Amino acid sequence: MKQSYSLNVNGTVHKIEADEDMPLLYALRDDLGLNNPHFGCGLAQCGACTVHLDGRPIRSCITTISDVGDGRVVTLAGLGTPERPHPLQTAYIEEQVPQCGYCINGWIMTAAAFLRDNKKPSDEQIRSALEGLKCRCGTHMSILRAVKRAAAMMG
Amino acid sequence: MTRIETNFSRRALLKAGGALVISVGAPVTFDLAHADEAGGAAAMSATVKPALTPDQLSSYIAVAADGTVAAYFGKMDMGHGIAVAIGQMVAEELDVPFRSVKVVMGDTATSVNQGGASGSTGIQEGGKQLRAAAAEARRVLVEMAVDRLGLPADQLQVADGVVSAKENAAKKVSYGELIGGRYFNVQLAWNGKIGNPLYAPGKAKPKDPKDYRVVGQPIKREDVAPRVFAQFDFITDIKVPGMVHGRMIRPKVAGAVPVNVDESSIEDIPGAKVVWNQGFLGVVADKEWDAIKASRQLKVEWSDAKPPFPAQAAIYDYIRNTPPRKKEAGGKTVGDVEAAFKNAARVIEAEYEWPFQSHASMGPACAVVDVKDDQVTIWTGSQKPHYTRDGVAALLGVPVDKVHAMWVPGPGSYGRNDAGDAAMDAALLSKSVGKPVRLQYMRDQATGWDPKGPASIHRARAALDASGKVIAYEFMSKGLPRVDVNSNESKPYDTLAGQLIGVPLKSGDGFAVPQESYGFENKYTYWETVPPLLDRGSPLRTSHLRDPVGPQIHFASESFMDEVAAALNMDSVAFRLQYVRDPRDIAVIKAAAEKAGWQTRPSPRKNLTGTKVSGRGFAYVQRGLTRVAIVAEVDVDRLSGKIWARKFTVAHDCGQIINPDGLRHAIEGNVVQGISRTLWEEVKFDNKNVTSIDCLTYPILDTTETPETIETVLIDHPEIEPSGAGEPATRPVAAAIANAVFDATGVRIRRVPFSPDNVKSALS
Repeated sequence: MKQSYSLNVNGTVHKIEADEDMPLLYALRDDLGLNNPHFGCGLAQCGACTVHLDGRPIRSCITTISDVGDGRVVTLAGLGTPERPHPLQTAYIEEQVPQCGYCINGWIMTAAAFLRDNKKPSDEQIRSALEGLKCRCGTHMSILRAVKRAAAMMG
Repeated sequence: MTRIETNFSRRALLKAGGALVISVGAPVTFDLAHADEAGGAAAMSATVKPALTPDQLSSYIAVAADGTVAAYFGKMDMGHGIAVAIGQMVAEELDVPFRSVKVVMGDTATSVNQGGASGSTGIQEGGKQLRAAAAEARRVLVEMAVDRLGLPADQLQVADGVVSAKENAAKKVSYGELIGGRYFNVQLAWNGKIGNPLYAPGKAKPKDPKDYRVVGQPIKREDVAPRVFAQFDFITDIKVPGMVHGRMIRPKVAGAVPVNVDESSIEDIPGAKVVWNQGFLGVVADKEWDAIKASRQLKVEWSDAKPPFPAQAAIYDYIRNTPPRKKEAGGKTVGDVEAAFKNAARVIEAEYEWPFQSHASMGPACAVVDVKDDQVTIWTGSQKPHYTRDGVAALLGVPVDKVHAMWVPGPGSYGRNDAGDAAMDAALLSKSVGKPVRLQYMRDQATGWDPKGPASIHRARAALDASGKVIAYEFMSKGLPRVDVNSNESKPYDTLAGQLIGVPLKSGDGFAVPQESYGFENKYTYWETVPPLLDRGSPLRTSHLRDPVGPQIHFASESFMDEVAAALNMDSVAFRLQYVRDPRDIAVIKAAAEKAGWQTRPSPRKNLTGTKVSGRGFAYVQRGLTRVAIVAEVDVDRLSGKIWARKFTVAHDCGQIINPDGLRHAIEGNVVQGISRTLWEEVKFDNKNVTSIDCLTYPILDTTETPETIETVLIDHPEIEPSGAGEPATRPVAAAIANAVFDATGVRIRRVPFSPDNVKSALS
């Protein structure tokens, strides 16, 4: 049974009709037409669908639309822009991180929340904060370089 | 003013109803103001584009009025920055700024079939052709300038797309003025081949490498920023008007087919429809979530298929004991191996095992296909869109020229993954429902049902004389074929869709043998293949996975060289240098050893005590014309069996380096994926089906396991034509790790993966 929901995404409120058990991912992609985040597994195992809900990284593939409520959703597009990039976005470009780039949402959104709360993290803390995220192309070395670079930029 | 339209920019993004809509072939208008000023060289240009055939210069290069150059590339960039490298090669030969070259890739309407992404030949074959075409374009443009400026060619120079008199730079004409908006009308000497070997040079000779200014520079990719700002369309982001969403339904027991489908079980879902043809079963719905629900809710009765697979543990016995379907010698046979073994003072033998592996791409494959009466349009993540076009045309029984395929970057690739199958499935869905269909697989289908890298065994033996010299070497690969289904989807029998609707089957054979230059005086290497476990619609059908059959073969062959060195109590680098013959091979071996600070001593190391031990391992390979040598330094926890592949030193020689920055990134990706395949990856199955169906049941390398360091030594040979770099560095990783584990522990592990459980049991 479809119901009405108001979704606050990147600062704009959108009204959509959806089943209450529909994951947020499909609202973002199918209803709002955002070309981020991505479907990787649908099981919260890879991170490709990661967005922020009230500042916390969540997996939008298993978070139902009814659980989002009036929480503020921020996607990669809402994190920064070419004019006002987030340090991680700058670092990703500097380090030329992605190969295919399909996994980007998971790494950047997770790292953004981590670096906001953890200044000057050690290498080991960075690795551990990103545990469980997947990159099939194997760009791990570049990802770690970029997160370290962003950490330095964020002081 | 005459104006024409061309698909210079092949698509434009329009915002409509909140969704991204793709307008195919949105035209860019070329200004033809100079069409009548071309003079005597006019015959070399045309206002109507010549046919898109491999023998036309216009099929590769076009120049717009503003001097912008389009390079039409029939391969594509799967994320290694090949587009940058191709742009560099074209800019170099044409003497135009790098930024003025736009590389247009993977569209069957604008490029000829150069084989797609295939075999690390993007630069080696694809770039070679674009380089030749760009050189010819420069020659033709200079000839046009001769007419225009009234000076002989040897008194002209070209810089930044402007031809000028050497003696008087004010006397000049730009490429844009010479041909902008019109097309080259120049025939090339095409070798008659399509795909990777396509080559069609003109009369011009490419530049001498000593004059390079753009080639060799570490120019960065421009497609990174759009990705990090979420302004980038993946194949999964393509939406077209009237589109519906599709999902496929696969059986629980591989080989079972639907015998009864209850469409009324999904009648409550808006727009849900069933598409059923023999073994082919899918659903569509207007909304994506509804299509997913319908695929889960649909009541299906399946045929009572006999479980087709042996138990997982029996797979290597199946390979070992099944009579080969095909046997073939590979490499160069030297001397008389049998006779030498009879005279051996000592024989060393070993056998190695490698499991089925999955592409396990970051996202399940997606395709959008619109089948109309007079035209079929395909958006595909397949790395070979020209072959996708051919396959869909054959599947639907329509002429190839009525099918247009466009590659859109997908969620990773690494060979014949699930992308080609998705396009074929979407074509059948679209034809059936009469609407454009966007199909994306689910995760269990992506990992469970993609074509797999073949499982194999490898047997090696060496004959030594009394002095310890290797007098004979024999190596055998035996496995499932690398092309049970071919490396592209151009034939319906090579696709799930074709197999499920009952087309006659044609399983291919093929494996390979080691590529190296060991100069043993008697040498015989060969391969054998066994038939697939299930011949139709199998989740264990085998095909190309990155560096097809390379990692398994060289895991065996380079582990074995270490075993021989250890048996002789020799240092493994010194052993290799004693027998390797090719000078470039010797150079990479020495470069890697030197950079890594390799200490000459035999393996294993002494003092093998303690829970945490460390070791170093070496391996070297050729892949085509590229050579790689690698040193792995690993830590092994003997209690848990956990391996940390901590440091790698890679020496890499792929001839002329086009872009060292892209090359370093490519090598790192190869190594990390190679570590993942060595330590973790094995497709699990039971007698009914594949049971590796997600990221937990098919784990890949985690961030916490990432190496501390990957050092690269790039050996540049500007005078040698460039060869591939997309796969070669994957090839030696497993052996280097295995040899390092042996060095650390004294235990030789001959079966991949080296997961903690497997290592623990090997060490106990």
